[in-house]
Parts: sequence; structure tokens; C-alpha cells
Amino acid sequence: MSEASNANPALLDVRDVSKAFGAVEVLRSVSLQVKRGEVVTVIGPSGSGKTTLLRCVNFLESYDSGSIRIDGKEVGYREAGTRQRRSERDLASMRAETGMVFQSFNLFPHLTAAGNIMLGLTKVRGKNEAEARSIAEHWLGRVGLAHKADSLPAELSGGQQQRVGIARAVAMEPKILLLDEITSALDPELVGEVLAVVRSLAEDGMTMLMVTHEMAFARDASSRIVFMADGGVSAVGPPKEILAAETTNERLRTFLARFRASHF
Amino acid sequence: MLGQILYALPFLAQGFAVTLWVSLLVVVLSLIAGVLLGVGLVYGPAPLRWAVRIFSDTIRGIPILVLMFFVYYGLPAIGLHLPSFWAAVSALTLFKTAQVIEYLRGAVGSIPKGQSEAAMAIGLTFRQRLTYVIFPQAFRRFLPPWINGVTDAVKGSALVSLLGITDLMQAINQVIGRTYEAMPLYILGALIYFAVNYALSLASRRLERRFSFIRE
Repeated sequence: MSEASNANPALLDVRDVSKAFGAVEVLRSVSLQVKRGEVVTVIGPSGSGKTTLLRCVNFLESYDSGSIRIDGKEVGYREAGTRQRRSERDLASMRAETGMVFQSFNLFPHLTAAGNIMLGLTKVRGKNEAEARSIAEHWLGRVGLAHKADSLPAELSGGQQQRVGIARAVAMEPKILLLDEITSALDPELVGEVLAVVRSLAEDGMTMLMVTHEMAFARDASSRIVFMADGGVSAVGPPKEILAAETTNERLRTFLARFRASHF
Repeated sequence: MLGQILYALPFLAQGFAVTLWVSLLVVVLSLIAGVLLGVGLVYGPAPLRWAVRIFSDTIRGIPILVLMFFVYYGLPAIGLHLPSFWAAVSALTLFKTAQVIEYLRGAVGSIPKGQSEAAMAIGLTFRQRLTYVIFPQAFRRFLPPWINGVTDAVKGSALVSLLGITDLMQAINQVIGRTYEAMPLYILGALIYFAVNYALSLASRRLERRFSFIRE
């Protein structure tokens, strides 16, 4: 055993990831580890690269250099250092190991709530209809929507749609759940029901990487908070440390001050 | 007069069968080719996208009649001799394919990007994403212009008579040549074309209602 591998190696290991859109550097040598069972929250001003980082983790975005590993396996490229993309089939099966919940829900409008959850179970996990249906019903129950199994997304409120979105992601039993500003598109009174679901998943030990603007939630639910600014990781630490008013990190202090001014 | 028309009916029916056969071939072949090339146009690598774009723009810029004469009279110059029936079907199919490519591009392009991403995120492969997520949603937008295109194909098939193929149009002309009863026969022809196309648009409306539950 080399010294690098220890008792609880990081489930998600992001090392020196950089990415540019043309001349704009959106990620600058970002490194970040998430251990099994941890909830890591990424905060930061808009345009700081939070969402891009999340999208690189399941290769919805490619990256220019660096390495992202989940459970020791290189994401997106055949091996670290090469820029040779994995095959379509390979990418698909890797993506199935990471669940993603989107800001705009992105439920499939032609499928019912249960149908949304069953699609991945039947086509990717190879379950039969009956198995998939019972898993879908189990998760819809977990997010408090057992009675909406046969409703179409258009018949659900935003908060309900997002809870189906979460159920769709976790039903696949992903190794890690990626949450991309999942309450940003919701009316304020619907935010609570969605966060309650996330909290209960965290209590069950689901590993999560979450981009959010909900500071109170980040403070209460995270193991660690990552503060990103200008495409780089500016600070990492336990919530108490990061959200402390007397932090010495100039950028973080400005961000928090602005945030408090606009939210309280 | 009526007697002459009745006498001609079996002959007209044969022509009508040719019209339906040409239309069916053109519609089916162009649907397959157009959907494949349309997917290439939307998702393919750059060289494929350019090739499809050039094909579609060029073909749509040429009158069908010119295309048909080109295939029948022009291609033998490079050693490709097609019988008149297949020359006509090829030319009509080429034209219709270019249209189907555009219908598909429009329909698929109208599906928000988040749908593909959500489908990727649960681990669906490209083909699965198209089959289970993109096409079912795009279908509702593809259908109306496509059915329009099908009725155009039925009407446009009358052009094959110009290569001497005895379709409904040509059959009518030949009966008129014997009977000199132009007016009633053209009215009969118009009614037959209309009946086919009206049935198609009714079917289309029913299908659209069937899929109207998909709201974005």
C-alpha cells in the first residue's frame, strides 16, 4: 500500500482540473475530495465555476486538464493525462453511477412521475417493469409523493417536480449525488419541502456534492463547505469555519457580507 | 358520357394504384433517409453536418421537375440508367428527404437541452436518449409538417406522368384522349386526390390530439 491510499480514500477525487470556454478560464486547477457519506457544499458568487465543476464530475462538460476519479475510476477520459474520451457506452455506464438533480428539474414531460424514475431502472439497470415500478413507488413514498405516481410533470408543482427529480436520481443507487442549485427555480415557500428531502438522504449516508445558495442549509447539512471564486477553490473547511464572520479570506468575507445584505 | 367514364374506371383504378405505390415508396424511403440524415445534421461531427446541410440546401433549391429530368435524362451520361419508374421515385425521394431533414431538425431542436442532459445523467446511451426521451417529445412537432409533406408527395407524384408512367394523372389524360371528356375526368381526378389527402389530414389531427398531453 502506498502512502496515498488510506483507510477511507476519497470517493470523489478531483485533482487540478482546468477548463476554458475560449479565452475564459472557468476552472483553474480545482482540487476537491469528497469521502463516502460526506455532504460537501459548494458556494460562491455566480460565474465562479461551481456549476461547471459539478457538470464535469459526470462529464456533462469535458475538461481540458487534470483528473476526476470516482471510486478510483477516471471519469470521461480513458486515463488521467490523456484526452482520449471514453466510448459512448462507457460514458453512459459511468454516468449511471452519479445521480444528478438539476436546477430546472428536467423531468421528462411525456412520462409520469413513476415513468420518469422507471426509465433508467429498466433501460440502464435492466430491471423488469414490475421491479422498476415498485422501486419507483418506494422512492416516491420517500419524497412524499406516493399519491402522484401516475401524474405527469405538468400536473405537479415545482417543489413536487423537484422531489421527483431527486427520486429519479437516487433510485439508480448512485455512488454520489450531484445537486445543482436545486432550489433556485422554486418559489420560496416550496424550498423547504425539497431541502427536507435532501436532509433525510444525508441522514441516510448518501454522499453528496451540492451547489447551493441556501446558506442556512449549507451550514446545517454539510460536512464541509467549499468556497469557489474566479474558477478556483478559495477556501475549504467545516461550515463553522467558512461561514464565520471573522474569516481572514478577503473574497469570502466580501461574498458573505454581500450575501447577508441581500438575504436578511 | 357517364358510360364512358364507368368503362374507364378499372383503367383509372390501375393508375391510382401506381400513384399510391409511388407515394408510399417516396414517403417511406424519405422518412428513413431524412430521419437518419437529420440526426446526423443535429448531432453529427462537423464534416457530416456540412455534408447534410449542403445536400439539403441544394436539393430544396431545385424544382422537383428539373430534379426528375436530371435523374432520368442526365444520369445516363455518367452510365447510370434508371428505368423511368425508379428515376421518378428517386428524384421525388431525394426532394422529400431534404424536407424531412428540416422537419426533424426543427422538431428535435425544439426540445430543451436539459432533456438530453437529464437522460445522460441517468446513464442512457445516445440511441436510448433518442428513442425514449427525444423522439417521443419531438414527434408531436414533427407530425404536422410531415403529414403536410406526405400530402405534397401524393400530389407531387402526378409529375411522374411526365416520364410516361401511367399513374392516376396519366391514366386520366389517356382516357381524355379517347373520350374528349376533359372536364368530368379532371373533376373525378381532383376528387380522388382530395379524398386521399383529406383522409391523411384527418388522421394527422387525431394523432396530434393523441399526443397533445405532452406539455413543456
